[in-house]
Amino acid sequence: MVNPAKMLEERKTVQSAGPSKVKLEVKNFNFYYGSFHALKNINFPIHEKKVTAIIGPSGCGKTTLLRAFNRMHDLYPGARYEGEILMHPDEVNLVDSKTDPLRVRMRIGMVFQKPNPFPKSIYENVAYGLKIRGIKNKKLLDEAVEKALVGAALWDEVKDRLHTNAYSLSGGQQQRLCIARAIAVEPEVLLFDEPTSALDPISTAKIEDLIVELKQRVTIVIVTHNMQQAARISDYTAFMYLGELVEFGPTEKIFTKPEKKLTEDYITGRFG
Amino acid sequence: MEQSVEAKLKEFDVEGYTHGVRRRDRLFEIAGLIATLFVLTFLFAVSVDLLIDGWIRLKEPSFYTSFPSRFPDQAGILSAWVGTLYVMAGALFWAIVLGIPAGIYLEEYGGKGKIARIIEANISNLAAVPSIVYGLLALGVFVYRFKFGESVLTAGLTLGLLMLPVVVVSTRESIRRIPRSIREAAYALGATRWETLVHHILPYSLGGILTGLIIGASRAIGETAPLITIGALTFIAFLPPAPWEDFIGMLKSPFTVLPIQMFNWVSRPQEEFHYNAAAAGFVLLVLAFLMNSIAFYIRFKVRRKYQW
Repeated sequence: MVNPAKMLEERKTVQSAGPSKVKLEVKNFNFYYGSFHALKNINFPIHEKKVTAIIGPSGCGKTTLLRAFNRMHDLYPGARYEGEILMHPDEVNLVDSKTDPLRVRMRIGMVFQKPNPFPKSIYENVAYGLKIRGIKNKKLLDEAVEKALVGAALWDEVKDRLHTNAYSLSGGQQQRLCIARAIAVEPEVLLFDEPTSALDPISTAKIEDLIVELKQRVTIVIVTHNMQQAARISDYTAFMYLGELVEFGPTEKIFTKPEKKLTEDYITGRFG
Repeated sequence: MEQSVEAKLKEFDVEGYTHGVRRRDRLFEIAGLIATLFVLTFLFAVSVDLLIDGWIRLKEPSFYTSFPSRFPDQAGILSAWVGTLYVMAGALFWAIVLGIPAGIYLEEYGGKGKIARIIEANISNLAAVPSIVYGLLALGVFVYRFKFGESVLTAGLTLGLLMLPVVVVSTRESIRRIPRSIREAAYALGATRWETLVHHILPYSLGGILTGLIIGASRAIGETAPLITIGALTFIAFLPPAPWEDFIGMLKSPFTVLPIQMFNWVSRPQEEFHYNAAAAGFVLLVLAFLMNSIAFYIRFKVRRKYQW
């Protein structure tokens, strides 16, 4: 048995001021793979410049939900969205078939489970998103690359070898490079899909610190199977089970006074 | 009596087992070595034999700069090696222009359904079609229907078609080897399909694509049957016009190639012509070897640049 209140003691928080606005709103959202109903009637808000964690046991649909935010499912046949994911302030429905997935991905970045840098130089990796947005000026690119690498707490380690292959970096550094690559284009929302599950504890701690830092600039949604991680870094937690959202609320509340028995059982480690 | 697993494990003869396994490993190693040496020796013997038989002609510079002749000691391979270069350039052109886009389309844009699988199986089967059948097809289509004649153009198209299945399949497979995570990384940054293809998928799979191209070319360079079928001449005492002077004339020019020249010499009764055939064979071998070295070099280069 785990004591959930204990997990909260290790919280890494940068207090952001005042009540925050809602950035994304998931409304009556359903998702199907072919005839399989993977996500069932999901409703919850994602607050601006906060970290929202999605937790739940394997196969509960948390990664499926995350990949709906930037329309990754569109890359594969048989995916179907129903309902709405509204993005404020312009109220665009991200999962509407009339919304171009490219425009969604231009505004919402993603960091994946396994570090996936391009087999190019460190510099090219970070500059890529800017280049496809038409920025060609060398000086502007240099500045933006440095800013992104500083933002991802990687600059000091790589500033002398920006033109070496990204695969010469360690796993943790590669993941921070992927974060740099994602933040270089200044997205409004950044999605993290179990970003530390392939990393050692020290690299994990660095990434967690980084995520907490980043929420001053960007709205963050993170999927994690690690409850301690959710407790340490998130402001809001959504608990999912078998394709449904069981409970959503401020992380302190979910971890100390959950309303549902199922949430409490999962948080305290009775199953999962 | 039933014994428990634990008892069996206790009785298990570790010494004897490892000893036996070691010996089996060793045996296989020796068998493999013998097979490898056999293949290498055979290849080496063929090359050396050609070199020795052909040396008397290979050492003469005039061998490379003379047209064929009735007199074995005056006969050379000029029209043959120039013809081989032109025809191979044509074949590579068609294989690149048709094969690589077809491979990309089938892998990236084509569906993954039943029809796609049937097409895929058929393209792989095309690689097994005997080359003389390609020759017949080319005779019917390019020579008679399109009236391209018994020309460099027809030969290039024919050998290009012959290379297509290898090129299409190797293009698809090297594209497929790129991890899904790399594509997703590009898409997640907002790249379009085209950008993902041109900036990532093609550069990273270039090594495999070029390898397929050169394997196809190595097969095509030695082909005789389809070219004889479309009516390549065996005795040619002129060169096609240089492409920068008369491109159309070059395409329409009759031609011969090294293997045909070789075939022609082998079938002569005089023994001296056989030396010429050996010499031409050695030149062909060197050309094929050269192409493989280029493929090897490119793969090495690309691997080093794009490693994951």
